[in-house]
Amino acid sequence: MSDTPLLQLQNITKTFGSVQALDDVDFEVREGEVMALVGDNGAGKSTLVKCVAGTHSADSGRILFEGQEVQIHGPKDAARLGIEVVYQDLALCDNLDVVQNMYLGREVNRAQILSEAPMEQHTAETLKSLAVTTIKSVRQTVATLSGGQRQSVAVARAVMWNSKLVILDEPTAALGVAQTEQVLELVRRLGSQGLGVMLISHNLHDVFETADRISVLRLGRNVGVFERRQTTQQAVVEAITAGKPTKVSGVPSTASAGAAE
Amino acid sequence: MTSADVVGPDRAPPLEEEQLPTGLRGAWERSKLNVRTGNLGPVPLIVGEILVVALFGFTATNFFTSTNFVNLITQTAGTCMLAYGVVFVLLLGEIDLSIGYLAGIGALVVAELQLPGSSWQTNGILAMLAAVAVCAAIGGVQGSIVAFVGVPSFVVTLAGFLIWQGVILNKLEQRGTIIIEDRWINYTDLYIFSPLAGWVIAAIFTALYPLSILYKKIVARGTQIAQQSWTSAILKTIGIGIAAFGTVAICNNGKIISTPLGLPLAGVIMVFFFVLLTFLAKWTTFGRHVYAVGGSAEAARRAGINVSRVRILVFALSGAMAAIGGIIFAAQVNSVALTFPPGNLLLNAIAAAVIGGVSLFGGRGEVRGALLGAILIGTLQNGLNTLSISNGWIYIVTGLVLLGAVTLDTVAVRLQARSGR
Repeated sequence: MSDTPLLQLQNITKTFGSVQALDDVDFEVREGEVMALVGDNGAGKSTLVKCVAGTHSADSGRILFEGQEVQIHGPKDAARLGIEVVYQDLALCDNLDVVQNMYLGREVNRAQILSEAPMEQHTAETLKSLAVTTIKSVRQTVATLSGGQRQSVAVARAVMWNSKLVILDEPTAALGVAQTEQVLELVRRLGSQGLGVMLISHNLHDVFETADRISVLRLGRNVGVFERRQTTQQAVVEAITAGKPTKVSGVPSTASAGAAE
Repeated sequence: MTSADVVGPDRAPPLEEEQLPTGLRGAWERSKLNVRTGNLGPVPLIVGEILVVALFGFTATNFFTSTNFVNLITQTAGTCMLAYGVVFVLLLGEIDLSIGYLAGIGALVVAELQLPGSSWQTNGILAMLAAVAVCAAIGGVQGSIVAFVGVPSFVVTLAGFLIWQGVILNKLEQRGTIIIEDRWINYTDLYIFSPLAGWVIAAIFTALYPLSILYKKIVARGTQIAQQSWTSAILKTIGIGIAAFGTVAICNNGKIISTPLGLPLAGVIMVFFFVLLTFLAKWTTFGRHVYAVGGSAEAARRAGINVSRVRILVFALSGAMAAIGGIIFAAQVNSVALTFPPGNLLLNAIAAAVIGGVSLFGGRGEVRGALLGAILIGTLQNGLNTLSISNGWIYIVTGLVLLGAVTLDTVAVRLQARSGR
């Protein structure tokens, strides 16, 4: 891990009309780290993700990527930096096969004519490298895959593009126990391969299974950053439901369990 | 991700194709599996077509003749062109109701531009290009309203349906019929190739399929990419060859009074656009994006696909195909009259695509479906005509076939879902 965080958000503010979705929020992810972002409904998690992904732009605040200040005005800007988002739903086209989904919007082509062979080859290799072995054929349509396999394809697609930061939005929301385990295993592997992972989840069990650190948002404000090894689910739950803003001089405090007092 | 460089053959994922025995027995096993899982492909259509031909062959005296076969091709080609456009529109999960009268606009533009004695008279080929361009532009405008404003395509193209019908009425009410004298325009339907030229064309089209398979095999050489087996490729090539050479053989056999017939250009146009549009749908990024937008527009948008651009281009394509179909219909009667478009052109074209297995909900279907569906509808209507059955019954039978085909398809899809394929 280097000293400069991979992604650093400083003083991000975003309002929708009279609703203050994000109020002076700080956030960071380091290389090779799984950083969980938790909070209740309406805490501003999705808005923060969308600011990083380029779907929204923040009203004020700075985004630093690898120490450099960057402007993200659209999904293409994010992709160019190496930021990939895996959405909880609507990420894959059911009617297309695994290869077609992996290369969706970025098809390998020569003069607009598809080059299927390298796409199929590389898809198989990528799935292999992530130890996604339950998918029988990369030429079966995504509609025939289980929820866990679909999520694996979505994650594999995100890491295939030399990405540095992978944002996972509720990756296990619709999955069964075994499939959840399969996806969490994949998330841990991403971190150990040196990528920065930003994990948005409601499920604290999942978060404690995978995350290195946990950032908590409440009502659009920072209420604490926890080291997973030094905290308990109880402390995080308290922060989510009753945490007080912990902002000190523009740096997110690495609060211990005491943050939720 | 750079850790994915080394893949040995022993680490290759098991591919489904390889788990079945190869050779003839493999082909048989695969087709059994396909039937069981509802993955029927074009088989029901081809079987249906054979049944229809057999039925009319036994009941109608004038049906089973070479001359009628040539007629059938020239009657079907126009509908088929529109149906090709419908396939792309349906793949997006949209609908285009304006194509019937857009075909009329295409025919009208051509008729106007070739009008002898007028100051704007042009060469027939230029006139046809202009007609296609005009209708593509109209389609593009309709598509833009769908894509940018978000008005449902049903409503936009319903408005188009009324508007272009109105334009045709205004233009032709006083004028009556415009006769088309330009030979190039009239050739689109009725040009007859010499027997030899017919054979050459059949050979060229038959060769395309094995060449495409060969190309894929060469590209995939040395990788563990799933490939089509030689047996199935050869069997399909033989099937295509029988269809192509059989068609030419029958056409060459026909004659009107004593003038020998041959392969009509309309038939070649049908197959040419089938090949061209299949290529567009299956081998290009644009085609891939059409399927993606039809499957999930939101996923496509998030993947960076310009969804609006895809929609506009598809509606423009639909307009262009309508114009080509309209020109062929005009050529068939050497004129454009107030009764244009003939019969139930719009609904026949949509029915052809749907009978051909193209889903109304987007993302599923093939260009070949439009070809096979148009041929089936054309054969039915031609056969019933030769039996001197009333138009009412022709509509009823066409409707029942449509219902039957879609029911079969729906059941097949449900089977497919149940078997997890």
